[in-house]
Amino acid sequence: MDRKHLEEGILQLIRKAETEIPPDVITALKQAYSVETGAAKIQLEAMLANVEMAQKKRCPMCQDTGILTFFVTIGTDFRAPGILKQTIEQAVVRATREIPLRPNTVDPMTSTNHGDNLGSYLPHILWDFEPGDLVHITMLPKGSGSENMSALGMLSPSVGIEGVKQFVVDVVKKAGGRPCPPIVVGVGIGGSADLAMNLGKRALLRPVGTYHIEPSIALLEEELLGIINKTGIGPMGLGGKITALDAHVEVAHRHPASLPVGVVIQCWADRRASMVVHNDGSWEVK
Amino acid sequence: MEYHVNLPLSSEIAKKLQVNDVLYITGKIFTARDSAHMKMRGMKPKDLPFDPSAMGLYHCGPLMKKENGRWIAVSAGPTTSSRMEEFEDILLDRFGFHLIIGKGGMGERTGKALKKTGSVYTAFPGGAGVLAAEKITDVSQVYWLEELGMPEAVWILEVKELGPLVVAMDSFGRSLYKH
Repeated sequence: MDRKHLEEGILQLIRKAETEIPPDVITALKQAYSVETGAAKIQLEAMLANVEMAQKKRCPMCQDTGILTFFVTIGTDFRAPGILKQTIEQAVVRATREIPLRPNTVDPMTSTNHGDNLGSYLPHILWDFEPGDLVHITMLPKGSGSENMSALGMLSPSVGIEGVKQFVVDVVKKAGGRPCPPIVVGVGIGGSADLAMNLGKRALLRPVGTYHIEPSIALLEEELLGIINKTGIGPMGLGGKITALDAHVEVAHRHPASLPVGVVIQCWADRRASMVVHNDGSWEVK
Repeated sequence: MEYHVNLPLSSEIAKKLQVNDVLYITGKIFTARDSAHMKMRGMKPKDLPFDPSAMGLYHCGPLMKKENGRWIAVSAGPTTSSRMEEFEDILLDRFGFHLIIGKGGMGERTGKALKKTGSVYTAFPGGAGVLAAEKITDVSQVYWLEELGMPEAVWILEVKELGPLVVAMDSFGRSLYKH
C-alpha cells in the first residue's frame, strides 16, 4: 500500500473538515438566520459570510482548529491496518504546517507546545471494526470553547428521563454564550461514565436535522431541542430564538443502579468530514 | 446605532455606547488569553513592552503563518472571554484601555470594572476566524511567542473596519448575557 498516497488523502480529509462545514449545518444556520432579528441576526450573517470566505480561501474557518478526533472503522479484510495510525499522525503533522492548523497540543505537566499537534494519546483515534475490506474514517475537529462546556452526570436512576432532560438543559444554560451557539448538543445516555461521553460525541456525527431511528429516542431529541430553544440564550449568547441547531441522543443499556448522561456540546461550526479507503489504497474524501 | 471608530477608544466615547450598538474599529489591538493575562497581572505599565492604553484588547489566540519572514493572520476569531474573568478588572484598572473584544460575555467583576473605568465589552461572532483575519492589515509585533506559544502570545494587530462588534456589556452596567 502506498503510504504517501494515503497520507495525501488524510491531509485532504483534514483540510475539508477544517475549511468547510457540511451542507446540513449550513441549511440549519440559514434557517436560524431567517427567524432571528437584531444582534442575533448580525451574528448569523457573519457566521454564514465566514463559512463562504473560508471555503473560497481554503483557510480554517475558526482559528481554534481543535483537538482532532478520528473515528476509524476498519473492514476485517482490509489488507494494511498496520499503517493507519502512523499515516494519520504523519498527515496531522503535515496538515499543521501546510493548511495550516493552530498548534493545539500542550504537555499537561509543563504546558510546553511542541507545535505539531501530536502528543500523548493525540490525535485521538477511536477504532472500530466491520465486515468487508474498506476503511471508513470520519474526522471531527473540536475547539475548546465548546468542549469545555461538555459535562458528565452520574444521575440517580430514580430521576428517570425527566431528570435526564433537566440535566441536559442545565448544562446548556450554564454554558450560555460560551460554546458559540447556536450549538449542536450530543447526548449519550446509559453505559458507564466513559461510554456515555463517547456516545455523546458520536451523536454529533449524525447530520443536523436527522432523528434517531428509534421513535421514543427521536421524540426525546425533539423535546430537548424545544426546551433548549426556549432558554433564550440565542446566537453567541446575545439573546434569541435559536440556541441549538439540533439535539442528538445515543443510548446504551445501563447498570440498574446507574444513569450516566454524557453531554457533548458542539459549536455552530459543526465541522466534520469523512473518507473511504479501498483495499487497493485508493480513496475518496466525501 | 452603528459606529465606525478609530482606536484607541477613549473613555468619553466608550461612555456613550450602549448595549446593542454595533462598532467597526480601525487601529491597533493586542491579543491576550489566559497566560498573557496572568503575566500582565504581575506587571506594571512601565514594565510592559507595549502600551495597552493605545489599543483595544482582543481575547484571541490566532492561527498565524510566517511567509517570507512576515507574520500573516490566517484565522483570528475571538476566544471564550469568561476564562479571563478573574484578571480583567485588574487589567482594566491598571493599563488604561477602554475596549474589550471577545465572545460569550464576562461576569459581574468585569461589569463593575467597565462601569468604573468607562469601558465597554464587545462581542465578535465566535468562529468567524477568516472574517476577522480579512480585516487585519498588519501584524506589527509579537511578544512572548517563545515562552507562551502561538495561541497564548501577545500579537499586536493593525485592523481596518473590524466588525461587527456588538456592544454586549456597557459602562452603565447593562449586559446582553443576563437572560
